[in-house]
Amino acid sequence: MDVPQDCRYSKDHEWVRSEGGRVRVGITDFAQDALGDIVFVSLPAVGTTVAAGDVIGEVESTKSVSELYAPVAGEVVAVNEALADAPERLNQDPYGEGWVCEVVVASGSDPTTGLMDAASYRALTDG
Amino acid sequence: MSRPTVDDGTVPPGGGQAGSAPLLGGAPEPTIFELSHPGRSAWSFRTTGIPETPLADLIPADQLRPEPPALAEVSERDLVAHVTRLTHRQFSVDLGAYPLGSCTMKYNPKVCDTVASLPGLTAVHPSAPASLTQGWLALLVELEEALCAVTGMAAATLQPAAGAAGELTGLLLMRAWHRSRGEDRHKVIIPDSAHGTNPASVTLGGYEVVTVPSDPRGCVDMRALRTVLDGDVAGIMLTNPNTLGLFEEDIAEIASAVHEVGGLLYYDGANLNAILGIVRPGDMGFDVVHLNLHKTFATPHGGGGPGAGPVAVSERLAPFLPGPRPVRLDGDGLEPSYGWAVPDQSIGRMHSWHGNALVLARALAYILLHGRDGLRQVAEVAVLNANWIRHRLSGTYDVPFDRPCMHEVVLSVRDLRREHGVRAMDVAKAMLDTGFHAPTVSFPLIVEEALMIEPTETESPQTLASLATALEAIAAQARRDPDALHAAPRTTPVGRVDEARAARRLIATFDAR
Repeated sequence: MDVPQDCRYSKDHEWVRSEGGRVRVGITDFAQDALGDIVFVSLPAVGTTVAAGDVIGEVESTKSVSELYAPVAGEVVAVNEALADAPERLNQDPYGEGWVCEVVVASGSDPTTGLMDAASYRALTDG
Repeated sequence: MSRPTVDDGTVPPGGGQAGSAPLLGGAPEPTIFELSHPGRSAWSFRTTGIPETPLADLIPADQLRPEPPALAEVSERDLVAHVTRLTHRQFSVDLGAYPLGSCTMKYNPKVCDTVASLPGLTAVHPSAPASLTQGWLALLVELEEALCAVTGMAAATLQPAAGAAGELTGLLLMRAWHRSRGEDRHKVIIPDSAHGTNPASVTLGGYEVVTVPSDPRGCVDMRALRTVLDGDVAGIMLTNPNTLGLFEEDIAEIASAVHEVGGLLYYDGANLNAILGIVRPGDMGFDVVHLNLHKTFATPHGGGGPGAGPVAVSERLAPFLPGPRPVRLDGDGLEPSYGWAVPDQSIGRMHSWHGNALVLARALAYILLHGRDGLRQVAEVAVLNANWIRHRLSGTYDVPFDRPCMHEVVLSVRDLRREHGVRAMDVAKAMLDTGFHAPTVSFPLIVEEALMIEPTETESPQTLASLATALEAIAAQARRDPDALHAAPRTTPVGRVDEARAARRLIATFDAR
């Protein structure tokens, strides 16, 4: 199971990576593996303001439909439009080409609050 | 590469194993459009004696198509052959055992078909006046009373077309009841093991879903439930036994906690087969119950065939039921004994006419065929069969909640996946090669690599043994030759389809160009 060191993780199996003033958000390798072949992703609208834990979209696989939760509070400033035509990228490259959206974190909030580091997340998913 | 078989001579075949199902040739069946020939039709009136009128004289020009729709043109002979060949490529309950968990794919006694085919029932127009349809009305009233007796409720509507339609009906009834008390509530609680239709119905009904987790026993977590209960909760939707096949032992406590905050309890009747004649939802404290007549009371279902999802309610909800309802009339013996009535505060119709009436006729036939003691035996044998399977396979597959189950058992392929890369889907596909329908996979969602087996009461001990032996042979093969399972099924008319591609790039229309 791939758990990159440079990300923080939510208990809902999303990852967050800081990239110059904004954070990139996606689902983890564990999540994509549990979901199986992903066939559809609904993304949040750019400009949406979200609180941590808000539902921001859905991931549909051949097994189930699961909700995507915002791991941090802020404003959605970009979404990965390529997922509309190629949702399989979530399976193939969950931390790279399969990213979901980018969020500018609400001022004054710490994007790492309530999130796990790689070691803690690995411990969670190994359980 | 060998496929798992049970023909090693040690286990005599059960009657529900369809490993011998014949097929002529391996050619794909053409689509109906490929069989089309211009000008052919399956039926035409030779001599009507009625003069033909051009369409343009009958229908305004702006409502006429410029050209006829591109329908297939085939003879009756070719059409029947095509459909018969397709039928022979399907697995059906009449062909063999169908342990598809949560779906209750029991064998449906043919006597119920006989009843549903009686011309006295089939040749009646639904708008015929009550004075000419007393037989049908008596049937419907008697069915409603039987369903109320089975569920412990006061009154029922027979209109909803199937389970999900029943759920929506129940939620609208809950809303109507709350509003009649001057309350507008917004939340409905659902456990994380619920059928997917529950949150969908809640959303369609205009409520917000609140999910409560399961505890380590696989039942509703009482502490988590208490934290979400407040005056904005319209009710809770439960199925008992739940989707793990486990009885919610705290149901009395759940009922009083929900009632305390003014909420209602909705019983999803999908799993009613497990408790028929033993315990009643009304006695557990439920206020609204839907029944899947096509599951529990024997109508062939699956593939979108007609179902029926009557909703039974307690006394306080009866004034809101959909109408018109079939009712007994207090006559002097000369007037008709049955008629139609719309409840005072009815939420309105949930179906045109009177629901899927022939499914209702089948259900009453099934109930009368079994009687009170027979229905109880249905539940007892269904539960016994599931527990026999659980006990027999507990050393072969993981049993995440290994305690006595009800009518179905949830196994997990988790260990086979970790050690050999074999998933629940591979096991399910390999089952097809052994002559059984596959169990449900990947549900409930809270179990990793779930295999959900519901043998039902209609399979014999010999068939259960064949089924278990097939699953054991597949597990053995997973350890020996996992690639063979990835390639399954190999003996079916259509092999492993690319489900991801089918969902992503679905082409649902035929284009001859």
